[in-house]
Amino acid sequence: MVFSYYPGCTLKTKAKDLDRYARISAEALGVTLEELPEWQCCGGVYPVAKDEIATKLSSVRALNSAGEMGNDLVTLCSACHNVIKQVNNDMRTDENIVLKVNNYLKLDKPYAGETNVLHYLEMLRDAVGFDKIKEKVTNPLTGVKIAPYYGCLLLRPGSVMQFDDPENPSIMEDFIRAIGAEPVSYSMRNECCGGYVTLENKSLAAKKSNNVLESAVSAGAQMVITACPLCLYNLNKNGSDYDIPVHYFTELLAQALGLK
Amino acid sequence: MENKQQLTEQILRMSGVNARKCMRCGKCTATCPSFDEMEYHPHQFVYMVEKGDIEPLMKSESLYTCLTCFACVERCPRNVEPAKLVEAVRLAVIREQGANHLKPQDLPELWDEDLPQQAIVSAFRKYSK
Ligand code: SF4
Ligand code: SF4
Repeated sequence: MVFSYYPGCTLKTKAKDLDRYARISAEALGVTLEELPEWQCCGGVYPVAKDEIATKLSSVRALNSAGEMGNDLVTLCSACHNVIKQVNNDMRTDENIVLKVNNYLKLDKPYAGETNVLHYLEMLRDAVGFDKIKEKVTNPLTGVKIAPYYGCLLLRPGSVMQFDDPENPSIMEDFIRAIGAEPVSYSMRNECCGGYVTLENKSLAAKKSNNVLESAVSAGAQMVITACPLCLYNLNKNGSDYDIPVHYFTELLAQALGLK
Repeated sequence: MENKQQLTEQILRMSGVNARKCMRCGKCTATCPSFDEMEYHPHQFVYMVEKGDIEPLMKSESLYTCLTCFACVERCPRNVEPAKLVEAVRLAVIREQGANHLKPQDLPELWDEDLPQQAIVSAFRKYSK
């Protein structure tokens, strides 16, 4: 199985572990991730306004580049995933954006949302299959109680992301079971950690992150997993009332597959 | 008067929101993780934009305490999408010349060594043009 892969800027710098463990695990699972030959930063947050065009171009370039190679596009960082999937939806549904983007890019063939975008977790669920992963696990995390942290970006807006049920998701829980551990259910798994607001309002981010951790810890979690470098930062740095470890899910996958 | 109407139309056009669909149930505000940090809550953005009362919103710090978490968008029973109005009002402010809320020279003081790039690019996209 071959996919085009968009790592994004943070996975090349502060979140190298998220990327590295994803790549070696994919290989062990029979998936080839081909990094796009050229890609640009997605901008971190989806440009919400209808008249934002230039800010969507980097996503369209990535989408079109994967499409030209005939591949689906796999993303990993929750933020890149959110931006690229939402821009792809614009390219499928918003005539004005499609027209202006294509006028600007002058591609060999106009792009209209043809590429399919998958988060790495969706790739595990839909292309590999959690049962298959379970078979390949040599080092199960038996008895470890893990809180899956979705945050906002993986799930919302549900109608566009189509990642999982936005209010009652199960993909991370299924992932946790596949690596032999035990998912903990807690109410704040799909509430915000504070996001980029941490840059100028630490106290707000601290409140949000501590709320998430309090909920996870009181449900008995020993560990939290995430797909987002900013969630990891907020929970670790701003969620300082709780001492629970926060890991990228790919790190645990590599560990369970005996690659770490 | 004319200006007020133009500004309102601009906000509605940029956001793509139809504020008249709101039935004032308050669910967006009830679910907003930032509601106690926002002087104007998401439901107030909706009805103030509907009334054309944009200027107080433009002056409010609430534009920078909304987390763009999209909880209000997901959970509004009428599909009003309040966060898109918050975004449009914020853009109406920062698109004015010299009105950037975050400037590159602010960064050294705000930065710490663990901060992911993602936080910086996101904040610039939200707060500056
Ligand atoms: S997007 Fe903003 S206004 Fe809406 S729920 Fe989140 S923080 Fe509140
Ligand atoms: S949840 Fe929707 S309908 Fe209810 S007050 Fe908010 S915007 Fe209006």
